[in-house]
Amino acid sequence: MRVVVAAAVGLGSIAAALVASAEPPAGAASCSGCHPISARVTSPVPRLNGHDRAAIVRAMQEFRSGQRAGTVMDRIAKGFTDDEIQAIAAWYASQK
Amino acid sequence: MRIHRRAFLRVGVAAAASALAPRPARGQGATPRVVVVGGGFAGASCARALRQADPRVVVTLVEPNTTFTACPFSNAVIAGLRELPAQQFTYDRVAADGITIARTTATAVDAQARSVTLADGARLPYDRLVLAPGIDIRWGALTGYDEAAAAQLPHAWKAGEQTLLLRRQLEAMADGGLVVIVAPANPFRCPPGPYERASLVAHYLKTKKPKSKLIILDAKDTFSKQRLFQQAWTELYPGLLEWVPLSKGGQVVSVDAATRTLVTDFGQHKPAVANVIPPQKAGRIAEVAGVADRTGWCPIDPVTFESKLQPGIHVIGDAAIAGAMPKSAFAANSQAKTCAAVVVRLLTGAAPSATKLINTCYSLVAPDYGISVAGVYQPSGGQLADVPGSGGVSPAEAPRATRAAEAVLAEAWFRTITTEVFG
Repeated sequence: MRVVVAAAVGLGSIAAALVASAEPPAGAASCSGCHPISARVTSPVPRLNGHDRAAIVRAMQEFRSGQRAGTVMDRIAKGFTDDEIQAIAAWYASQK
Repeated sequence: MRIHRRAFLRVGVAAAASALAPRPARGQGATPRVVVVGGGFAGASCARALRQADPRVVVTLVEPNTTFTACPFSNAVIAGLRELPAQQFTYDRVAADGITIARTTATAVDAQARSVTLADGARLPYDRLVLAPGIDIRWGALTGYDEAAAAQLPHAWKAGEQTLLLRRQLEAMADGGLVVIVAPANPFRCPPGPYERASLVAHYLKTKKPKSKLIILDAKDTFSKQRLFQQAWTELYPGLLEWVPLSKGGQVVSVDAATRTLVTDFGQHKPAVANVIPPQKAGRIAEVAGVADRTGWCPIDPVTFESKLQPGIHVIGDAAIAGAMPKSAFAANSQAKTCAAVVVRLLTGAAPSATKLINTCYSLVAPDYGISVAGVYQPSGGQLADVPGSGGVSPAEAPRATRAAEAVLAEAWFRTITTEVFG
């Protein structure tokens, strides 16, 4: 990415440099309101960064179908499609 | 750049490190500049998300206060369950992200020239401006309620000294006193807030001054999480807490601070403690910048959060008209991160893409009794609308263990979000 930045700046264009390589997919940016990113936070709500992709997908699908009891996640999961859930899970799984 | 350097507190090596190239004159566009006005949940989140999305963006946060005092959980401070320092956060970590903090007030915006004027007259040029000014009280909109009146009849709707004033008044009140909370018409900051406050004040009275009574005089007939609140009130505070809706004469039409009198169409109340939550509007800079409409709030594009009234200016948080999204800290944080991603795209000439946003709001009805509302939103019909079939409130029938669990989650949410925004 550094190389790309330098090259882009060299060409007098910031466009390539600024296209975020890891822009979160639809909805993902909101999750960290409750799911802590910082390891310093003590919370019963699980961290999603680096979490197993398949486990996130399964949890979301089960919250959505009502198979898994939730406090707020049952209500939130219903707002997301299968594709969105897959994208969110893949993105968080790739985050540190 | 005609920036008054003294106005800034430059902190951290990150800011210097990010300057890969010398800062260009405005218009060359090699180093995009974003100014964010307002350092609350919306503004501070957005400033940090911008830097995270691309460290080459030069971000200036305009915020006069050195300490942020959070409103969520400030009702617990009023009820003596929490101390104010637990609500307070500095901008040290925000600055350490390489964000320049201008510790001053923005007094004007020139949308054509793309510059913000600061209180000392300095001008701050921008490529994109994000306004996150929160709310201002609409002084005088409720007859008799001006800034002087707020010293007698606290609103406590901006956390800080007003929060402590209301708490002291409750502490000073004799057992058997009458407390009145005046709730405004929609829209206003934190829709469930007046009812959470009533609940926690009722808890305080029940445990400390049980002969007292609490009345909510409401300018509305319905309110957020109403069924859950009323169910809990019946269970926890029978005979202590009374809600008077608009249709039963609940609307307060004028107040007299000197005599602590609240006047409705049906009569008068002279409570020992009066908490007047008055009508509100977007923070002042929104009006000055020309992004507030006649309602006092700011119409925005639901994808970009760009003002519908002025190009190049985005509005997030409580000040924005965000459709189905409530004026909450969670929503402000969610909007801020979405807006930051959009702004970075726009700076590159890339097309913004629609996303989904989430809100979750917890309210405490008692220290160990929490309820919540959650929602998922997407742009639809020119507004942010609920995703059909999603969202809603806590179940009406639930064991106390569920309510206790939500109270724990409420506190965890506060720790998590304040760490993300300020930690």
